[in-house]
Amino acid sequence: MKVVLKNLTKKFPTGNRKRREEFVAVDHLNFEIPDGKLVGLLGPSGCGKSTTLNMICGLETPTEGQVFFGENDVTNLAAEHRGVGMVFQNYALYPHLTVLQNILFPLQNLKGDKKLSRQEMLSRAQEAAKLVQISELMDRKPAELSGGQQQRVAIARALVKMPHVLLLDEPLSNLDARLRLQTREEIRRIQRETGITTVFVTHDQEEAMSISDCIVVMKSGVAQQIGRPQDVYDQPRNLFVAKFLGTPPINVFEGEVKGGKLWIGQESVLETPGVAEGPVWVGIRPEGFLLDENGPLTCNLSAVEVMGRDKSVVSTHPASVNATIRSIIDSENQVDTGKKTVRFRLRPRKVFLFHKETEARVY
Amino acid sequence: MDRNNWKGWLYLLPAFIFLGVFMIYPLVDVFVYSFEEGYNSASQSFFGTGWYNYSYVLHDPYFLQALKNTLIMVAVTVPLSTGLALLIALGLSSIKALRNLYQTVYFLPYVTNTLAVGLVFMILFKKTAYSDGLINLLIALFGAGPIDFIDGPYAAKMFVMCFYIIWVVLPFKILILTSALAGVREDYYRAARVDGTSRARIFTRITLPMISPTVFYLVITGFIGAFKCYSDAVALFGTDLNAAGMNTIVGYVYDMLYGDSGGYPSYASAAAILLFAIVLTITCINLMVSKKHVHY
Repeated sequence: MKVVLKNLTKKFPTGNRKRREEFVAVDHLNFEIPDGKLVGLLGPSGCGKSTTLNMICGLETPTEGQVFFGENDVTNLAAEHRGVGMVFQNYALYPHLTVLQNILFPLQNLKGDKKLSRQEMLSRAQEAAKLVQISELMDRKPAELSGGQQQRVAIARALVKMPHVLLLDEPLSNLDARLRLQTREEIRRIQRETGITTVFVTHDQEEAMSISDCIVVMKSGVAQQIGRPQDVYDQPRNLFVAKFLGTPPINVFEGEVKGGKLWIGQESVLETPGVAEGPVWVGIRPEGFLLDENGPLTCNLSAVEVMGRDKSVVSTHPASVNATIRSIIDSENQVDTGKKTVRFRLRPRKVFLFHKETEARVY
Repeated sequence: MDRNNWKGWLYLLPAFIFLGVFMIYPLVDVFVYSFEEGYNSASQSFFGTGWYNYSYVLHDPYFLQALKNTLIMVAVTVPLSTGLALLIALGLSSIKALRNLYQTVYFLPYVTNTLAVGLVFMILFKKTAYSDGLINLLIALFGAGPIDFIDGPYAAKMFVMCFYIIWVVLPFKILILTSALAGVREDYYRAARVDGTSRARIFTRITLPMISPTVFYLVITGFIGAFKCYSDAVALFGTDLNAAGMNTIVGYVYDMLYGDSGGYPSYASAAAILLFAIVLTITCINLMVSKKHVHY
C-alpha cells in the first residue's frame, strides 16, 4: 500500500513552564512511499525520524498535515485500525510469554468477524515464524534468545497480522556489527518476499543505503533530500547530506571560485564552468582523489593505511575543514611514504561545491 | 587465601554476636520454654517436659478466640487491601493532573502514628453518652438505628477492626505498587496499542504479569503482618482485649507474659511457636503458589 505524507508537522510543548515555547520535531514533511518499497528514514539523533515513524504508525497525532494509506486519510485513525505492524527499537517482546504466545498476541486481540479459530491462529503464527526462520524457538522465552533471534520474533509478531505497512524503529541498533550485517539482509529478504511497504528508521547511513529502495535524509525535522541511495550519494543537494552519507566521510575544504576555476589555497584544482565567483565549501569524496605526480592538489602526507582491497591515504591540508583528509586509492598504486607530500588530481564528478552561507549545492 | 579467610570471619564477628544474642538465642529459648511445664521465671525451675503447654493453649477459649479473630483479619484484610491498593495505584498512574498531591494524600496514613489513627477511629465509630459517633450519624440519615462499633456485636467490632487494618496498610502497598507500575516499560503498552489490545487484556496479560513479583511480595508480607497484628486492636479496643473478645495471637502471647492474668512464659512460648508454625505454613503455600503464577 502506498503511503503519502502531506505537510506532516509535529510540535511538542517544551517542559519549561515559564517560556511556553514549542519544539518542532517534524516540519512540513512531504513524501510518497510507493507500494511495496523499502524506505529508510535517515538522520542524526533528534532529527524527527522516530516521530515521523510514530505518526505513520498512529502512536503520535500530527499537529498539522495528513497521512494517507493508499487513498484513505488515516490521520485521525487509531494505530490499531491502520493495519500497521511495528517493530520497536528494543523489540518490546513480552518477557513472560513464550515466542509462540508473543506471536499469537496480536491475533488474539482480533474481535468480531475478524476473529480467528485457534487452528487458524496457530497456522498463521507458524507461517510468520517460518518466514523469519525461528520455527524451532517457539517454546522459548525472550530472555533465552539472542538479540538477533529476539529481533526476528519481533518482526514475526509485527507480520502475523498481515499489515499493510511495516514500520521498524532502529531495527539494527541493538545488534553487534556482524549480526547487523546479517540481519539487514534478512530484513531486505523478508520485505521482498512479503512485498509489504516498509519504513525503517536509522541513524546509520550505511545501513540505510545498503538495503533501501529510497532514503529520506532528515535534519531538524526537515527532509533534506529524498531519493534512491545512489542518486542521493552522487548528487547531494546540500553540504549536510554530502557529509552525512558515505564512509569514510566526505572531505570538506574551504575554496574559492575565480575565473571559472576552483581554487583550494594557492592552487587551481579544477575547471568549474558556470559557477558564480566567490568563496565556497568544497566537498571531495574519498574516491575522488587520484594519485598524480604532477597533480594540482598537494597535501602533507601523514600515513597510508593498507586495507587489502584498497589503500587509504591520510593527509592534511591547511584549507581542509576536517583535521585529516582521507582518500581511498586503488591498492595497486604505490605511495612513497618517505616523501612529506602527496599530490592528487581530482575526479570532477566526485567534487561538489556548496554555497558558503546557505550550504546549498552550486556545482 | 587462608589469611583472608579468618579475617573475613573476624569482620563478621560483631554481627554474629549480635544476631546470636538477640535473635538466635531468644528463638531457641522460646522453643525450649514451650516444652518446659510449669516454668517459673523467678525460681528458674520447672516440673518436667512435654506437650502440656501446647495442649493447654489449644484448649484455652481465649486462645481459640484470638486464633479465630486473627484468621478472620488475615482472610479479610490481605486480599482486600492488596486489591484496593492495586486499584488506587492504577488510578494514580493513569492520571496526570494533581498526581503528586494525591500520592501525598494516599501516603499520609503511613507516617501517622497507629494510636493517633486509633483515636480518629474512636471519634468516627465510638458511641458515648454525648454522641453516637460520626458514622452512626451517617447511618441514621438512612434510617438505620445506631450500632455500637466498639462495644457492640462481634461483627460490628470485626468490621471496624478490618477497616482500620486495611486503612493502615494501604499507603505502603500503594507506594510499592505505584513504583512497580512505573517500572513497566512504555514500549510494551505502545506495542499493545498498535496491536489493538483492549484495556482489560492489557491489564491481565501485560501489566499484572509484569508486576506479579511485587504483588507477590506484598501478599507475603501482608500475610505475615496481619498475623502479627496487635497494636491495631489495642488502639481500637484498649488493652483488655480478652474482655472485648477482640484479642489476637500476639495479644494473647503478651497477655500470658505481662497481662493481668499473666506470668506464664511457657504458655506464651507455646502460643508464639504455634503462631510461627502457622505463618511458616502459609508462607510455604504462598511460595508454592507463586512458582506457578509469578513470572521471572
